[in-house]
Amino acid sequence: MNEYSQIDRVLQRYHYDSKALVNILQEVQETCKGRYISEATAEYVAERLDVTKSNVYEVVTFFAALREHPVGEVLIQLCNSTVCKVKKNIEVKNALEEALGIQMGETTKDKKFTLQYTTCFGACDVSPAVRVNKVVYGNLDRETTLALIAKLRREHCE
Amino acid sequence: MNRIQQLITANFDRYDGKDIEAYIRLGGFTAIKKAVEQGSDYVIDELKLAGIKGRGGAAYPTWKKWDAGRRRVAEQKFVICNADEGEPGTFKDREILKKDPYKVIEGMMISAYIFGAKKGFVYIREEYWDIQKTFKKAIEKANEAGYLGEGILGTDFDFTLEVFSGAGAYVCGEGSSLIESMEGHAGRPRIKSPRIGEKGYLGYPTLVNNVETLAGVTRILEMGASEYARYGTEKSKGTKVISVSGNVNRPGVYEVPFGVSLREIVYDVAGGVENDRPVKFLQLGGISGPLVPGSALDTKYAYETLDEKGFTVGSGSVVVVDDNNRIIDYLVSVSDFFYHESCGKCTPCREGKRQLTRLLKKFVDGTARLEDVNAIEKVANTMKHASFCGLGQTAPTAILSALKYFMPELWQLVEEGVHENVAEGEWK
Repeated sequence: MNEYSQIDRVLQRYHYDSKALVNILQEVQETCKGRYISEATAEYVAERLDVTKSNVYEVVTFFAALREHPVGEVLIQLCNSTVCKVKKNIEVKNALEEALGIQMGETTKDKKFTLQYTTCFGACDVSPAVRVNKVVYGNLDRETTLALIAKLRREHCE
Repeated sequence: MNRIQQLITANFDRYDGKDIEAYIRLGGFTAIKKAVEQGSDYVIDELKLAGIKGRGGAAYPTWKKWDAGRRRVAEQKFVICNADEGEPGTFKDREILKKDPYKVIEGMMISAYIFGAKKGFVYIREEYWDIQKTFKKAIEKANEAGYLGEGILGTDFDFTLEVFSGAGAYVCGEGSSLIESMEGHAGRPRIKSPRIGEKGYLGYPTLVNNVETLAGVTRILEMGASEYARYGTEKSKGTKVISVSGNVNRPGVYEVPFGVSLREIVYDVAGGVENDRPVKFLQLGGISGPLVPGSALDTKYAYETLDEKGFTVGSGSVVVVDDNNRIIDYLVSVSDFFYHESCGKCTPCREGKRQLTRLLKKFVDGTARLEDVNAIEKVANTMKHASFCGLGQTAPTAILSALKYFMPELWQLVEEGVHENVAEGEWK
């Protein structure tokens, strides 16, 4: 069970308390390749916490912060709620898709970048905004978006 | 009247939000001392005098909630701070948590003392992961300084505090859904009654308060309710922390006394509209709030004056939208949000959102017809009255207000669509 040792460490920290399932899965997800909860991982967590597989699966599919599919090394989430729409997030969307050569919802072939829409993450004062691996970048337009992608490429692709 | 006040946000930028000693120098922990010395009747009376209501959006008088709660006898009781701030356009709790976390911790101590809880949770949304980290440190420091733990302030008051992370679900802002997720389940709302005040976390009485409410309670006890009540209007006392965003020059978090006009908020507080364009509408109180047409900008920002016109204070968000935006695009965005966030438990919300999204998109495509307007109204009203929880009940609020104030613009889309389709020979 070597591959699960990191998962065990998270479970230990939470004293195998199934009440903390939502938080446990968030931490487990970060330790997994592709940063998602695979069926095997879900099954393992369910077994160790002595809860049903369907309980774990329901939680994974219910919460937006938990993923059932792998994402790239750099997860870029563009806010698509009202304020960012009003603040022309379409320009940011176009710039992101153009710079990365993929559409929203897709991952680049080298598995480096994933583009997604997300709902409001409370950065409306710097709208339009994205989250890059959870870190917020705001006040974006076409130029600053292209510069952001260039910076991320330097950090992750070289 | 000054348009910006700093009561609840008095400590903003006066310390870095980390240093507990600095917080104490600024008068920190005097509110909990007062509560402990003067007793719970005093606290309830002060809250009643201050007139503070739930600041998450429900606007239920805090003193009533606390007064009912403290009388419940149970083996265990819990307090929770709802920091799952998920209403789009709302980010004031983010600033309070970041800039003055100890005021929130002190508010939780007061709530626990009155309610009779030994254990509390701060439920912070996943998107504020960096704040979760700093808040955990603040809790540690409060533990070390003896403000949390056993025998607080030399009394028999024991209280410990823990951070729980949300996981990106809007519906978890609703108290029972929040508790479901804290028990290891998907965050779907529970049936009422019993209310969570009677049977909440693990089946025990649980008192849930919003971040700003707790910070407000601390401030009220600190300065005295009669002083706090000097601000605001007769029926909406004190101040409100608001989040202003959208097409304004200075978006941000501001604290205003109740009774300022919406116009003052847009132009004086937030620096006016970008490129000096006219305000087309505001959305108040989050994405579940109504649209306020530009013609109503002289309305005063207070519970009674907003309620009278069918508007709301809600979460305290003010989204400003200029005349470059089409009403239909905004509504589609609102509808998409709720379609995504409906938990799927009840049919009116789950299917209603699906139908509203489908119907609104017809206006965008130019395929909407007369009967679609009626269908929208029917679905929206069904959701409003038949949905299981507040999410579904308030999801169509923006749409219903648009039907009230922006009908001509929607009609125009129907007419243009008809002309276009006739020209293309598609109209049958």
